[in-house]
Formats: sequence, C-alpha cells, structure tokens
Amino acid sequence: MPALVVVAHGSHLNPGSHAPTFDHADTIRASGAFAEVREAFWKEEPSFREVLRTVESEEVYVVPLFISEGYFTEQIIPRELRLEGWDVAAWDSDGTSADHATFRARDVEKTVHYCGPAGTHDSMTDVIVRRAESVTGDPDVGEGFGLAVVGHGTGRNENSAKAIHYHADRLEAMDRFEEVQALFMDEEPEVDDVAEFFESDDVVVVPLFVADGYHTQEDIPEDMGLTEDYREGYDVPTAVEGTRIWYAGAVGTEPLMADVLLERAADAGADVGEAVAAVRRRTRGPEPAAGD
Amino acid sequence: MNGVQFDALREAAPDGVACDGLRVEREANGYVFETPEETRAGLDAAAFEATAAANPWFVSNWHYWQGIEDPARRAYLRWLERADEHGVRERYEALATGVRREWGQLGIKAGLDGDGERIYELRHAADADREIDALDVRADPLDAREIATEDPKGRYRPLKTAPTLRRGWVFAALDGRDLYRAVDYFYPATVANWFREREGDLDVTHYRETATRQTGIYGIVDGLAPEAVGWLAEACCVDSQCLKRREWDESEAEALGVPRGDGEFPCREPCSLVIAAARKLTLLEREGTRTYEFELTPSEKEQLEALVDTVAEGRIDDVREADLGEGANRYRTRFLRAKRVDGEGRLCGVPTREDDRGEDGGDDGERED
Ligand code: SF4
Repeated sequence: MPALVVVAHGSHLNPGSHAPTFDHADTIRASGAFAEVREAFWKEEPSFREVLRTVESEEVYVVPLFISEGYFTEQIIPRELRLEGWDVAAWDSDGTSADHATFRARDVEKTVHYCGPAGTHDSMTDVIVRRAESVTGDPDVGEGFGLAVVGHGTGRNENSAKAIHYHADRLEAMDRFEEVQALFMDEEPEVDDVAEFFESDDVVVVPLFVADGYHTQEDIPEDMGLTEDYREGYDVPTAVEGTRIWYAGAVGTEPLMADVLLERAADAGADVGEAVAAVRRRTRGPEPAAGD
Repeated sequence: MNGVQFDALREAAPDGVACDGLRVEREANGYVFETPEETRAGLDAAAFEATAAANPWFVSNWHYWQGIEDPARRAYLRWLERADEHGVRERYEALATGVRREWGQLGIKAGLDGDGERIYELRHAADADREIDALDVRADPLDAREIATEDPKGRYRPLKTAPTLRRGWVFAALDGRDLYRAVDYFYPATVANWFREREGDLDVTHYRETATRQTGIYGIVDGLAPEAVGWLAEACCVDSQCLKRREWDESEAEALGVPRGDGEFPCREPCSLVIAAARKLTLLEREGTRTYEFELTPSEKEQLEALVDTVAEGRIDDVREADLGEGANRYRTRFLRAKRVDGEGRLCGVPTREDDRGEDGGDDGERED
C-alpha cells in the first residue's frame, strides 16, 4: 500500500499552525486507506526536503494543504521534494485546474504522485458549505443567507484570487445561498465593507485559509468591525451595520477538509476504497450550537 | 518461543534460515539446527521441534527480526539492543531487565514480551529512574507530536531537536513499529539520516548550496559571508541549542571552525530555522560599523558583557532576584538603564544614526513566520 504525505506551510512562531494538518492526517490515517500518512512542513519538521525518506512505502501521494496554485505548489514543494524533471507544465493548469503528475524523487527510490493543492479541488466547495453549516449550526443553511468567500487578494499571487472566484462561482451556481461574493483582504471588493455587498440580513463569512492565525483571527475580524480588539473576541453572529455576520474562521480547520486531501490522492490513482464515504460520514460531527 | 514462531521456522527451513548465529535448513536427511554452541543435523520433525524448544531464544529472535523488512527500521531497532555487539544469549539476558539507549533526549528501553519478541519503553532520558506511576502514561505514538510542541515553560518549540523536550511522560509498551514512529515524531528524519550515514550515503548539502537554491524572500541568504555562516552555526547548531550533529559546512571544501556536536544523528543540511535566521542576519550584516563613544565604568562594561552572555546561554531564569553580584540581575539592569539609557532608549544618550531614526537593520518589510 502506498503512503500519503500531506505538505503544509507550518510556522516557526505559531504552534496552532500545524493543527489542521495533523487533524486531517489523523482522519485519513483512521480510514486505513494508506499504509502510512505523514505530515511535512516548510517551516517545521520533517521538512519537505526530508519527508520522503521518513516513509517506507515506495509509492507516495503528495497532497499540498495549500489554498491555491502558485509559488509553493509550483516551485518550492517540487524543488524541495527533488522531483526529477518537474515542470509546472506537467499540471497543464489554468491556475485552478492542477490535478496530478508522477515523478521520481532524486534522493530516494520512490515514485511520487504530486497532486494539485487541496484548495482548488472541486470538493473544496463542499467544505465551504460545510463550514457555513457548522458556524450557523444549521445543516440546511442557505435561505435568507448570503455567503462571502474571503481570500488574500492578488498581492502575492494571481492564482490565489482565481481560487476564491472559482469557488464563489461554483457556490453561486448551487443556488443554495441568496447571494455569494468573493471578497479580499487587500483589494476590492474588500472584506472591510462586507455589509455593503449583501442585501441579506445574515451573511456567513468563510476565509479561504488553511489554518487560523494572524489573518483570520486578528485582521479579518477587526477589519469587518466584529471587534475593536481581537483579544476581546466577538460573538457569532455579530451585527455590523444591520447585517448579522457569521464569521467562520479558517475553512482549513473544517474536518471535512480531510475528504479533499483524500480525493486529491484518489484522483491521482490511489485506491482509497470506501475511505471517501467513510471520511465524509465521520467528519459530519455533532452539530455545534450556534455561536460556538 | 510459541507455536506461531515455531511453525514459521519450520515453513522457512526449506529456504534456509540464518539469523544472529542461528542456522536452520532442511536437507534430504532431515533438519539442520545450528547455534554458535552446537550443530545438529539429520533431525526428524520431532527432534527438530525438541531442539527448537531447547533453544527458544534463537527461534523467537529469528522470528522477530524476519518480520521487519524496512532496512532503516531494522537497523535502528537492532542498534537499540546492541545486536551487533552481543550474541543472542547475552542479549536476551540483558533484554530481560531492559537494554537502554539514548537518542537525543529520548531514553529507550528495549525488553522482551512474553514470547521472546520485543517491547519498547520510551520516555525522557532524564526520567530514566522515575517510577512509572509518577509519569503520564501514553500509548499512541502520535502523542509525540503534542508532547514535542512546547517546552517545559509552555513555549513553542520550532526546532524539534532543540534540547528542550518536556519531561514527565512515558510510552510504556510499544512494538517496534510504533516505537519507530514515535521517535520519528519527536525527531523527524533523524533515524533515516542516521541510517544513511551508517550506510555511507548521507547526502550532505552545505550552506552555500542550500543558500543558492533559495528563492523569494530567502534568495538573499547567499549574501551571508562564510565567516558569518560560522557564527550562525555557533549560534544555532551547537549541542546546547540543537542535538543534531552538524555535518554541513560552508562548502565541501571549506569547513566551519565550530564544534559539530556529539549527537548520535547527523544534520545534513541547514534547516528552515537556520535559513530564516540567516535571512535576518544577512540583512543585519549589510550594515557597516561605525565608531561610537560611550562613557561607562569598568563594571558597567562588564555588566553589558554579562548580559550578552546570560541571554546567549539562556540563563536569565537562573539569576536570582536578590543576587546583585550577577550582571544580568534585574535590579542591576534596571539601575543601569536608569543611569545610562535616555528616554528614547539610547545608550548614554548617543544617537544610533546620523538622523537618529529607524530602529532596525532595514528589514524589507515582508511578514515572516
Ligand atoms: S541546521 Fe543547525 S539548528 Fe538546524 S537542525 Fe541542523 S544542526 Fe540543528
């Protein structure tokens, strides 16, 4: 049986950064779909550079727990994994359609199926919906609700905005929420003015980030006016200019995210058997009370 | 020895078995059973079984090791019980009370389960003599991730091999696979690299090569001069800071004049923490020196030196509140600040720059974590 390696950013400063990666890896481990599941980080250990030698399997599926295609998925990760002959053209992507490509690694005798990032997989749209369900405590949330998907903006990487629009469009097409908007932290339309972009009285705000940290816990809540000072916290929902804002925090912490990682590997040819269904079932935990 | 082990031995005999002095074969005239002490040949099935039963350690020892294929895991588990140094009998006698090894700050004790296979206990090496009841008993190797996340003061440990592992926990009974996994969660990739080094194929990447490979905000680290790379290694990589033994240098041709450390496991390349430090230091090292004039008493100069030393050695918490004899004592330091540092934080009121503005070394402003 092959191994699954989940690669993520991690942090030198914030101990919470690796938590979603570990949580999702644990979910997949419990599904039994892989002989081994290992996490690797840009800023923690094992590093991308050394993770392949820590797994015993000769066939490895590598799934980046990143939101969009770009610098990390196209340059850093393949370079550090030492994928022989990597060229971004192998993904043949339009910026959100990277699927997978297979390589040998230069330092180990292994075949590596290098998958596109979790964030641009179609099933990520379901995770956003699930996040809206969890934060409202309503498994049928949609009617009377607007939904905002929030990203960084194009400052660093054009594909990051593409990923946000991609899911916003898909959510729109589902016809489940009254209105869907893509908003950004550092460009128009800005998350600061969230209430202005919606007519609905209730708006769920889901930041497309892997882990909670500075942006999702400090910047965005303050920018939206949920709180003057993030340290004091805020209610869910909080009324801002007459709109009730249901702020969901980083989408990457949603347990269903494990399903996206699994589906990435399955798309690349991993035989994951019943695991997708099992993970989808298992991650639908007890419904949280509103405001949790 | 149990029935499963013996049945497996009988099944393996036609292909020949050789392990740690045990040789078993099936020849035309019967089984051969050889140990370092005796060779018995021409054994019929009953005699073969009786001989095996008389040498249970050899059988269970073979059975345990034949089940471990991965070469690194096998080599590591054998190292743990000093299999290359001692024969089966000697080893089993030692295993009966436990064979101890240290791996960084981990203390590992290899022992025997009821049937002569292995069981491992893992705890902080400094807790070696503590009663198990006094420790937090864990079973899941994945718990290592949580134990390794914070130091004893609750501070985040970004470097897994820093000598700051918490104490007070124990994995009381792990099998070989789980022990191996737990060790890899405490100290990722250390066994893999140790094994490569033993096999003579550790792939060391030296500073200059790593630096050249960097892009984005780390692209600048190639600008750090070789001499500063030495200071960097002295700052981050010596045994008091990191338990890996540094095998990388400035380059293949140019060694750094800094102790590599005595660690059991090698460091094959500057880690992300060192590269992140290199980035900041590269920026700081771009500054030229200038001459300042300060008026200090000799004791004040020595006090500043003591402060640098105390912080660098991580000894601040050891300086007692009322020990005014220590330069890094808080009251002494507050006195120095009251006397010698002006309202704008400047030592002896001396401006830092011509325009006396800007406080850092000209960071490029990118957020880094
Ligand atoms: S580069 Fe230095 S600090 Fe980092 S792991 Fe190696 S020896 Fe330790």
